[in-house]
Amino acid sequence: MSARPVLSLLLAALVLLFSACGKSASDQAAASGDLVVRIGSAAPLTGPLAHMGKDNENGTRMAIDDANAKGIVIGGKKVHFELISEDDQADPKTATIVAQKLVDEKVNGIIGHLNSGTTIPAAKIYSDNGIPQISPSATAVAYTNQGFKTAFRVMANDAQQGDVLGAYAVKNLGAKRIAVIDDRTAYGQGLADEFIKAATAAGGEIVAHEYTSDKSVDFTAVLTAVKGKQPDLLFYGGMDAQGGPMARQIKALALNVKYMMGDGGHTPEFIKLAGDAALGVYASLPGVPLDKMPGGKAFSERFVAKYQPIQLYAPYCYDAVNVMIAAMQKADSAEPARYLPMLAGISYDGITAKIQFDAKGDLKGGTVTLYQVQKGQWQPLETVGAQ
Amino acid sequence: MEIFLQQIINGLVQGSVYALVALGYTMVYGILGLINFAHGEVVMTGAMLALSALTALIGWGVSPLLALPVSLMLAMAGCMALGYGIERIAYRPLRHAPRLAPLITAIGVSIVLQNLAMMIWGREYHAFPQLIINRPHLIFGAIINDIQIIIVVMAIGLMAGLMVVVHRTRLGRAMRAVAENQHAAQLMGVDVNRVISITFMIGSALAAVAGLMVSANYGLAHYYMGFLLGLKAFTAAVLGGIGNLRGAMLGGLLLGLIESLGAGYIGDITGGFMGSQYQDVFAFLVLIAVLVFRPSGLLGERLAERA
Repeated sequence: MSARPVLSLLLAALVLLFSACGKSASDQAAASGDLVVRIGSAAPLTGPLAHMGKDNENGTRMAIDDANAKGIVIGGKKVHFELISEDDQADPKTATIVAQKLVDEKVNGIIGHLNSGTTIPAAKIYSDNGIPQISPSATAVAYTNQGFKTAFRVMANDAQQGDVLGAYAVKNLGAKRIAVIDDRTAYGQGLADEFIKAATAAGGEIVAHEYTSDKSVDFTAVLTAVKGKQPDLLFYGGMDAQGGPMARQIKALALNVKYMMGDGGHTPEFIKLAGDAALGVYASLPGVPLDKMPGGKAFSERFVAKYQPIQLYAPYCYDAVNVMIAAMQKADSAEPARYLPMLAGISYDGITAKIQFDAKGDLKGGTVTLYQVQKGQWQPLETVGAQ
Repeated sequence: MEIFLQQIINGLVQGSVYALVALGYTMVYGILGLINFAHGEVVMTGAMLALSALTALIGWGVSPLLALPVSLMLAMAGCMALGYGIERIAYRPLRHAPRLAPLITAIGVSIVLQNLAMMIWGREYHAFPQLIINRPHLIFGAIINDIQIIIVVMAIGLMAGLMVVVHRTRLGRAMRAVAENQHAAQLMGVDVNRVISITFMIGSALAAVAGLMVSANYGLAHYYMGFLLGLKAFTAAVLGGIGNLRGAMLGGLLLGLIESLGAGYIGDITGGFMGSQYQDVFAFLVLIAVLVFRPSGLLGERLAERA
């Protein structure tokens, strides 16, 4: 028994030692006269979307490593960029806690969040504290509609995406009776609503609108209800973790429909989860295909060599960081209040596109590309929108 | 009509899985008066073990028809060891402690298992390999496919087997005796510890089968799949009357049907006011209703006796 106090003392000492080590990196940098700039990254690192969250974190990290290697100077000081990555679990409640934590850690800017449902509530906290936020992937219209001066995104929003998807479903795929399922998240619901608007405008009829959740695995009851309405196309507003298994269940129920998703479905993970039911599935992704991006091919090669195949948003995260740094350089300051006006008016040639923001913080002239699964891969069909 | 029939089939398939898992809860409760909240995690472990074994075996070029039963056996063996371990470590030392203590260790074990699985298998969804050609069959316009038929048949077979074990064998008699009165059974020469261990192992083996079924049916497995499934199976056990084996089977099937018919028709019934996203709510509405109006469950008397 007498060993216990000794053990806990030892443990406490170890903990102290480690926390001291953790600090020393930035302390050293500060001591040698470098300016430390903290960039926060928020994405789900656990749960069903962990593969996407990790992808975002890696994209952000690569941009930060590159910036550090370049030896950028701001305000006459050499800058050391530091990544502070947080897990928001794709959960809106957790996202606000994480946002407050990042604010308390005095980050100079935020790359995130990944989901629209988490980005929207977190945006208020960043706005209240005047910290610029660039979401690489939140596409819900509501995000930039809140009127926050600090909120930006480097991807076309769901109004643009829903427009393209709805019109394509009716005009190109000849869908007449359309069923819609969404996962009741800010993203899924928003995209489904935009899709419905566009599909109806193009002359399609919505015969069913059913719902599921972003944690479900069983869609047979919902799909059976949909089947009763005899649709010829099914649109799912949601992410790959549900969309993939849903594709399998569509096939198992012999539901004879064309199946379509938004950007949330456009991942290698979707093809893995859907198995042979993935063949012929449609999805959209804002922006042009990776190999058509100005710096897409080189980025992809470097990224794959360093981490793993790109899931989805890594190139957008890379651009988001670089846009932020470019604004800091232009303002010659990493102070949020100083570089924010520069960010709002920036024009930057990124690897995904030329990045300029409109008054709301949305990407100017965003494009959307449609894809289909062919031979186990997402193949681009056509790109819509001016670029 | 075929849509209604289809919902019934969906419900039966889902219900058979609930029933298998519910048996694990109810057996342990019947004997120990303890709710083994780690049982859902045993199901998850079964699915993950089976998936790993399957992937490895297929990788070595074993034919799928052989790999499937072998990996099922491995998963069952692994889960039996796990069930034994859980009982030995988390419940046996607390057998005479107040009832709340083992309940808390149960939740602790559940969290530990979930996190272990997350460390071993990662956080992402794992796709289940498609081994057999899953042919759909048409019954009066409704579809049932091979995997679903296998699930229902296997579940019924296993449940029948369990009934035979409990009611026709020496071991079953010992189990029933321990459930009746531990001390009296011990005085009659029944090795109580052994019977309890075996109960946990049988329940865990069934959980492994259920885990494989769920992941084969939905085509995926992940580290927290056991949580919701466990809660629903627990609901099924309470619905049927916890501690009662027939009750668990009935409760499981009923819950599956309630969920699938509920999710399928709630939109039409409420005129679109409530939609199919409430699918998971039904199970817990049933739980509340049962606890309020018939706490002993449909077939159970035991809970009232023991409380």
